[in-house]
Amino acid sequence: MNIHEYQAKEILRNEGVPIPPGEVASTPEQVEAIAKKYGTTVVVKAQVHAGGRGKAGGVKLAKTPAEAKEIAKAILALHIKGLPVQKVLVTPAADIASEAYVGIILDRASKKPVFMVSPAGGIDIEEVAAKTPEKILKLPIDTRYGLEPYQASRLGFFLFNDVKQVRAASKIMQQLYSAFMKNGCSLAEINPLVTTPAGDVVALDAKMVIDDNELDRRTDVAAMRDESAEAPSEVAARNANLTFIKLDGDVGCVVNGAGLAMATMDLVKYYGGDPANFLDIGGSSNPEKVVNALKIITADPNVKAILFNIFGGITRTDDVANGIVTATKQSPLKVPIVIRLTGTNEEIAMKILQENGFSASSDMDEAVKKAVELAKSSVVTPSAARGA
Amino acid sequence: MSIFLDKNSTVIVQGITGRDGSFHTKQMIEYGTKIVGGVTPGKGGQKFENTVPIFNTVADAVAATGANTSVIYVPPMYAADAILEAADAGVKLIVAITEGVPVLDMTRVYPFVKEKGARLIGPNCPGLITPGVSKVGIIPGRICTPGNIGVVSRSGTLTYEVVYQLTRAGLGQSTCVGIGGDPINGTNFLDCLAAFEADPQTKAIAMMGEIGGTDEQDAALFVKNNMKKPVVGFIAGQTAPPGRRMGHAGAIISGSSGTAAEKIQSFQDAGMGVAKRPIDFVELIKARL
Repeated sequence: MNIHEYQAKEILRNEGVPIPPGEVASTPEQVEAIAKKYGTTVVVKAQVHAGGRGKAGGVKLAKTPAEAKEIAKAILALHIKGLPVQKVLVTPAADIASEAYVGIILDRASKKPVFMVSPAGGIDIEEVAAKTPEKILKLPIDTRYGLEPYQASRLGFFLFNDVKQVRAASKIMQQLYSAFMKNGCSLAEINPLVTTPAGDVVALDAKMVIDDNELDRRTDVAAMRDESAEAPSEVAARNANLTFIKLDGDVGCVVNGAGLAMATMDLVKYYGGDPANFLDIGGSSNPEKVVNALKIITADPNVKAILFNIFGGITRTDDVANGIVTATKQSPLKVPIVIRLTGTNEEIAMKILQENGFSASSDMDEAVKKAVELAKSSVVTPSAARGA
Repeated sequence: MSIFLDKNSTVIVQGITGRDGSFHTKQMIEYGTKIVGGVTPGKGGQKFENTVPIFNTVADAVAATGANTSVIYVPPMYAADAILEAADAGVKLIVAITEGVPVLDMTRVYPFVKEKGARLIGPNCPGLITPGVSKVGIIPGRICTPGNIGVVSRSGTLTYEVVYQLTRAGLGQSTCVGIGGDPINGTNFLDCLAAFEADPQTKAIAMMGEIGGTDEQDAALFVKNNMKKPVVGFIAGQTAPPGRRMGHAGAIISGSSGTAAEKIQSFQDAGMGVAKRPIDFVELIKARL
């Protein structure tokens, strides 16, 4: 789960990390009032779950409250990587002497949280890693012990020469690590961590990603989710306990299991089509899930054909068949449907489908090919919906 | 022969009285797996289906039965503790089926399991099966048949799909291992490939990877440098957008790393067969036997 910059900053502020003040606004008028209150040059920053905000025009300086209002108006009208900007963070502009990068990622290779710090901050850390790897220090942390003071100190010395700044940075490392662990993060970063002309060490931007698996035991963290910042279809899917990711194609896919779901999308592409989505209905075979899955897929106007690919292991294919029958009785399909079922209770499933006017295949390649053809030659009529 | 799981595997089920645990325990017993006990705290002294003794702790279960293998069906928030308990009790093969285990929990579990000298498979995996001998987990027994193809995969149903195709084509399996779709898992592709290379029964290996991480690339290097047996690979997620978690917690392209293209390239560089579709495994393996 992504949280916004202002939320991540709030978490870090509570840990004691020095962060300049800031307020969130959703209208240009609010932005103007906040800028007036600060009485100085402010930065207006789009709060949206997408990288590259700056390049997309989502981060701007404003010298006067009137200018802040105009800028806010423009930023609040932006879509960044398809997501509408609904909130901005307004914060006084800081004087910067130097910029560093501090981050923790949950690293698969070392199977540990790994600190990554670099004195070359403010820019894309992947780029630094590719071009000047010597400017990055990576330090894996054994979570059974936590971040030891000597490690925090080593990280601080990699960034700064001034001992006061080293100590300040080391303290920030401890605070960032504490926030990372308490909130169940998979990523937490401060970029940039700056020094001011007066010598203070301050965090100017923060980003946190929460491991979705943590949300059940951290309701306070889960409550930070901003559903208005996500695609509505993905919110609906999550609330129905489905894993759904919208794509740009026209073949709607309903599959059980993540690996098979990806392989099905790939096969659609292999046969010259384009998948409209990733959708995993999971291991259980509750017919209700199938009904919800069809609702979400048919709500996408791009979908020209629907493809079911079910390999019944734990999932009972007759439950899926019943789900398809129920769903299409509730709201008849306007696009053709191709069904591939095999495995547990396949014979019963095929019978249920036939009795209700559907045909089904047990061969994955055959079904995918057919769905791609139908999407290409789609004629939207009720008979097409049944005849597939 | 086989890898990790054979006729000497004696198995306890952690979470044997739960919904999933009880269902799959019956399936495992039916398949012939030697289920010697179960663990549900508070139900010690009772019996599952009037035959399998239930214990309060893994330590009790191991002391009474001498079990060397455990399979875990407990809910995600308790799974880490269940793995630690099994490793601490001296269980040598721990199979964690549970999906949704917090990754930070695994950062504590992984080094502990290693230090205890145990092998962990999973979490978030379908388990493993040595066809005709034993199965631990949830892989449907009837799609498998004994033979000499080793199968290893990060996925559940995609594994079933490929195993089913292999079985239909007369290509039986030595052992099928689902290593799980999480970013931190106990056993990786390389571990399984090394075991298959050393297993006299296994003649060729089918490997199903997916986007995210570098496990497949590391495995490809191992194939190139250390293996004589042929390996055919597949990568799921060629059409997946970057930055999105594709169902499996570990199936995510981070920045420019972990893409299907880079993994497929590493397979080609290692001289492996590359299956473009699940069905391609059959011909590619036949050609290499």
